[in-house]
Amino acid sequence: MKILGLILAGEKGQNLGKLTNKRASAAVPIAGKYRAIDFTLSNMVRAGIKKVGVLTQYNPRSLMDHLGSGREWDLDRKNGGLYILQPYVSEASQLWYRGTADALHQNITVLRRGDEDYVLIGSGDHVYNIDFTPVFKYHLSTSADITILTKSSEGYDPSFYGTVKTDENERIIDFKEKEKENTGDKINLGVYFMNKKLMMDLLYSTVPNGKYDLVRDIIIPNIENLRIMSYKFSGYWRNVKKSLIEYKRTNMDMLNPEVLNELFSPQRKIYTKLKDLAPPKITSTGSVVNSIVADGCIVSGKVYNSVIFRNVNVKAGAIVDNSVVMEGSTIEEGSKIVNCILDKNVTIRTERSYIGYEEPLFFEKWQVV
Amino acid sequence: MSEIIAMVLAGGQGTRLGVLTENVVKPAVPFGGKYRIIDFTLSNCINSSIYTVGVLTQYRPRVLSTHLGVGRDWDMDRKNGGLFVLSPYAAAAEGEWYKGTAHAIAQNIDFIDQFSPQYVLILSGDHVYSMDYNEMLDFHISKNADATISCIRVPISEAHRFGTVITDNTSKVKEFEEKPKNPRSQLASMGIYIFNWKFLRPLLIEDSQNEKSSHDFGKDIMPKLVAGDNNFYAYEFEGYWRDVGTIESFWEANIDLTRSMPALNLYDPNWRFYTHSAEMPPAFFGNDAEVVNSLTSEGCIVHGRVESTVLFQGVTVKKGTILKNSVIMTNVLIGENCIIEDSIIGENSIIGDNSKIGIGDRIKNEKYPNIYSDGISVVGEGVTVDEGSTIGKNSSIGNFLNTKEMRIKTVPSGKNLRIDGVV
Repeated sequence: MKILGLILAGEKGQNLGKLTNKRASAAVPIAGKYRAIDFTLSNMVRAGIKKVGVLTQYNPRSLMDHLGSGREWDLDRKNGGLYILQPYVSEASQLWYRGTADALHQNITVLRRGDEDYVLIGSGDHVYNIDFTPVFKYHLSTSADITILTKSSEGYDPSFYGTVKTDENERIIDFKEKEKENTGDKINLGVYFMNKKLMMDLLYSTVPNGKYDLVRDIIIPNIENLRIMSYKFSGYWRNVKKSLIEYKRTNMDMLNPEVLNELFSPQRKIYTKLKDLAPPKITSTGSVVNSIVADGCIVSGKVYNSVIFRNVNVKAGAIVDNSVVMEGSTIEEGSKIVNCILDKNVTIRTERSYIGYEEPLFFEKWQVV
Repeated sequence: MSEIIAMVLAGGQGTRLGVLTENVVKPAVPFGGKYRIIDFTLSNCINSSIYTVGVLTQYRPRVLSTHLGVGRDWDMDRKNGGLFVLSPYAAAAEGEWYKGTAHAIAQNIDFIDQFSPQYVLILSGDHVYSMDYNEMLDFHISKNADATISCIRVPISEAHRFGTVITDNTSKVKEFEEKPKNPRSQLASMGIYIFNWKFLRPLLIEDSQNEKSSHDFGKDIMPKLVAGDNNFYAYEFEGYWRDVGTIESFWEANIDLTRSMPALNLYDPNWRFYTHSAEMPPAFFGNDAEVVNSLTSEGCIVHGRVESTVLFQGVTVKKGTILKNSVIMTNVLIGENCIIEDSIIGENSIIGDNSKIGIGDRIKNEKYPNIYSDGISVVGEGVTVDEGSTIGKNSSIGNFLNTKEMRIKTVPSGKNLRIDGVV
């Protein structure tokens, strides 16, 4: 079964505020050394997908830098491999992507060209670890036209997610996109598996008529005509771009050994750009409790309940509690941060104290405070 | 054509590392939390902009070859030059193992010729150090030398372990003594040489035809260089360099990294050390973790107390366990309430709950006094230590043994567990 993977990674992620001022939400750093897109990309590669297109639009520099030639995901190949699909200027048009369906339609050549039979569409913002092969089998055995990944809506706010209602055979009979009312008891995880030809037909019949959204204009209107099946995923799943609080919570989830084991199981690895930094070092004055610490860090202060990214320097007498500290940041002597998110290369100066109360305090890239 | 190419001698067995080199060649022995010893030499090459490197292997090359691959982790997968693994080969007349270091290079004259280099840098894959070879090359060129040997100043009391060099005031080598009983110089050879290839090539051919020669750089080529009227100079290197050839020096060099401001800086952004490492999540420290003065690599899960210890990738330390002054290699699982001191534990080993390792009287090892005699105990790779076991000081456990199946709970100080039992 040959499958083309497509990852939607063009969004800014409005709700993340300054965190996504200079990067797309798919490039948001997460869990100490990863970027959000690593999860979907690794899931696809592990399922045997050899050709993956990443659709980007919003400030892609950081994302491009991260993906490179796709080598870390074994996608630097003579045949197939990683394709970066950006909006472009042509004879006929010069348009940004006007929606998810439009983004796919503008890159219809990629769909038309390859010899793949199926297409798997995912999002670059989702943190989860899944084996896709049972999904493919399920799609065939239920003779589905489209298979959508869903999850029990328990614990998720329906105004943030699409919700679906299924009949007793798991066929989707109702679908509501981000409304207050929950139509069923499942949320849409934004992963679609279908025949490539069908995808192309659907795109050709909608996008030229000014309908640009994959869910609103393609999936929902076809609920009756097409057999759209729901595949229920029961593992850990988070969308990082919903809010800053949700983003921080996702990071903090890594302090739960069960989540850590599920996401980073040695049998189902998540790959990311390697940096070959030295192992983290805890010096004689340092201590680390209930936290994760990535490579290249030197910890001489005290760290509690935090996620520490690569190359962070926590100096003697400094206290880091309940915070997310991104790559290259320095917490200088005697300072204290509680409930903060530090973007990359932030410096907290000596003996300063920053405490986030209801919402985490956010410090922008390169800030010195 | 390359101006300079490097040849890395990586065939050494390293007998004094005991069980650690029973299955792997010394350059492939893990070091410093995520590296293998050869990474330092290769990283020095790439940081010195030397992109053509031949690695000469012989003894147990499997782990080393897997580690090196096509050199991609050192950016040595190149269209021109790159990394080459050179194993001994069979030729039309006869197949030969490398008989010595000089013979190994001589067997690869064709390899070197294809790059027609001006200089050949001879390196050893056994050393842990950080060195810019360009400075040595500049010295070599400025002296208009045919050959240059790199030396490091050691205490005179230690000099008998090395080849020592006596120079005149222009740094020209006057005498060379291999492991002298009464050393007359503090300048010890680091086993690093730069030769003009035009000068070395005929020398190697001559040496390989000499049946009396042991075909070794230190023993045969050096004395010849000193005896003749050659432009042979000694470059004095100032910096960190260790030959981690014994259990004690290997252990010490690792533990050194856990101290503050160690001489070997792994965190220097301008001199990075590259390696082939597994993809693992960041290290996790539990609620009950107490970690001080330690390296804790990615993939570690720590719940116990860890002091002055190097934890390699993927090590699990369960509740109530105390680790002190130890080197714990990749993917080791240590159960609850264990006490481990002054020990080295090999890759993928499993230590059962309530075990004690490195605890006992400091008695000399009877069977292998030259290997395990500095108070350090060594557990090999893939070992399973049964719950509640006690392993003393100066002891060793052979690779892939299972003490549960062998029904052995105690290995006293100074004893070794081998496949044939405790000896």
